Amino acid sequence: MTAGEGAASGVIMGDPGDRGRFGEFGGRFVPESLVPACMELEAAFRAAWADPAFRDELTSTLASYGGRPTPVTECPRLSAELGVRVLLKREDLAHTGSHKINNVVGQALLARRMGKTRLVAETGAGQHGVATATAAARYGMACVVYMGEVDTARQELNVFRMELLGAEVRPVTSGSRTLKDAVNEALRDWVATVEDTHYCLGSVMGPHPYPWIVRELQRVVGDEARQQCRAILGGADPDVVVACVGGGSNAAGTFAGFADATSSALVGVEAAGGAAMAKGIPGVLHGMRSNLMQDEAGQILEAESISAGLDYPGIGPEHAHLAAIGRARYETATDAEVLEAFQLLSRTEGIIPALESAHALAWVARAARSGDELVRSGSTVLVTLSGRGDKDVAQVRELLA
Amino acid sequence: MTVATAPDLAATLAAHRAAGRKLLVPYVTGGMDDQWLVTVEALAGAGADAIEIGLPFSDPMIDGPTVQAASLAALERGTTPAGVLADLGRISPGVPLVVMTYYNLVVRTGHRRMAASMAESGVTGAIVPDLPLEEVGPWAEAADSAGVATVLLVAPSTPDGRIAPIVERCRGFVYTVGRMGVTGEQRQLAGTALDVAARVKARTSLPVCVGIGISDADQARRVCEVADGVVVGSALVRRLLEGGGVEAAVDFIGGIRRALDRG
Ligand SMILES: Cc1ncc(COP(=O)(O)O)c(C=O)c1O
Repeated sequence: MTAGEGAASGVIMGDPGDRGRFGEFGGRFVPESLVPACMELEAAFRAAWADPAFRDELTSTLASYGGRPTPVTECPRLSAELGVRVLLKREDLAHTGSHKINNVVGQALLARRMGKTRLVAETGAGQHGVATATAAARYGMACVVYMGEVDTARQELNVFRMELLGAEVRPVTSGSRTLKDAVNEALRDWVATVEDTHYCLGSVMGPHPYPWIVRELQRVVGDEARQQCRAILGGADPDVVVACVGGGSNAAGTFAGFADATSSALVGVEAAGGAAMAKGIPGVLHGMRSNLMQDEAGQILEAESISAGLDYPGIGPEHAHLAAIGRARYETATDAEVLEAFQLLSRTEGIIPALESAHALAWVARAARSGDELVRSGSTVLVTLSGRGDKDVAQVRELLA
Repeated sequence: MTVATAPDLAATLAAHRAAGRKLLVPYVTGGMDDQWLVTVEALAGAGADAIEIGLPFSDPMIDGPTVQAASLAALERGTTPAGVLADLGRISPGVPLVVMTYYNLVVRTGHRRMAASMAESGVTGAIVPDLPLEEVGPWAEAADSAGVATVLLVAPSTPDGRIAPIVERCRGFVYTVGRMGVTGEQRQLAGTALDVAARVKARTSLPVCVGIGISDADQARRVCEVADGVVVGSALVRRLLEGGGVEAAVDFIGGIRRALDRG
């Protein structure tokens, strides 16, 4: 296997090189029709990322439009209840209510720079779809969002939001009718429309260069959080950094601020019903080699959890690599634990988390109560609160009834 | 059993082309119905020069609704990659068999094991659509050693400079993607089909077959004014899904055969 440049230079979360490798994971497993588009995107991103004018425009847009920087919040009552000091990185306060805006503003600016006039996206919970529709509205681009039929039903309000923002939502009826099928449909759209269309992929997954682009665009979460934690902790870093993992973009962005710069332990939390690290084995799907939930023959299994945003049978390739080299650890949380954590944060801190983010909190609560070696009393835990729970309130109400 | 007698993809197609015959490669999804093997044998008799068999996959990314439906039907019937290959090993259609499979089925089975079981079943070619040139190495080596020709794709979006390295690594024939899009029937022959076929023809001595979107005898005949042959998938699979059975398949493919022979 060719190691990425990052690995060669000793950087843990670095440049994956032109073959897009994170150790043995990643790559570009797409039909030839899409290879030139991926290459063009990689070249465009390399140029843009090295261009101070592009970086300035992104930073100022994320500030004046996206609401960055988001704060880090101390959680005294939650901390007292769990016996560990919990800090939250508040992506729920970003525009559109989750970290997804960081990625889409970057990709929309990149698409515009490339002369593309239309965005397509996949979405699970609808948060990435809403964020993409938002950026498309802001930059006057056409927008089509693919969303599994199961998800359009359980996230009705987000469908309406996207339509309000001027996007067309196309329900996906193939396969398991959830996030993985929405990715298939978005890729199918892109093959036919690549000339004028940018595929605005929502997580650190897919063919190279997406896992790298999305991680770099989400890095702002981790970079900000590290500085903010140092200010709060008198120059120290948190002992543990925790984020939920669907495809893994809020986790990758968070980890990127800590993986090389600190010795903080990194923990990604997947849904127990979509646990690509716990139950998956290496394979190739959606353009990448990574861990996948699959059967004996190699057919991809359906993920199933309480949160549409984590119902993905794979995981971003860099996470598979971080696990393989032991730099990050991946855990799971059950639906019941997540529901409890959802209520716990609401009750103790007045913050209603997204069900996705509640997975990260659920693991912290379990680890604190069970005396996990990482989460001892007196340790400091930074949790990325990837999004706010407004979209989930109706669903949770039904589940608790 | 069939190993010794199975016709070789590369040799057969090269010989047919040398004899001035246009190449016709129908596609059937393995295990899509209980008649699929009979259909494969009948297609050989209807004038196919090789037959492409799809291994059903849960996430057929480059396939449109028709082949997706066939894959789903096959999976619902309990079809597995090993089962399709074992079934193919039991027939001797007299024309070369090419398997189309998404890469994960190969990864899960293992490169060498998959290549060996293809060879044992008399399969002499493989198309792995989600393995572009940069990633094809490990599979192509395993396939080469097993005597299975790895057919690569060239697309309308492929720049001229990429065609040479692709056709150099390609075996059997060059699968030339006729249009930007997924598999599926088209009313009109895409303007890109003739253009990409000509660009590939100018750069290889391998047979050049155009697939994706070729939907009827007239389109096939027109593409073959430039290309050496055609792959016909969705238009055939739809007839099978609609219950037309072996008869409809033979009718349809036989009609294309006659159109190609008339020129
Ligand atoms: C609030 C929130 N958090 C997390 C995720 C999961 O995505 P990722 O793992 O890429 O951060 C989603 C996806 O929809 C989400 O909406």
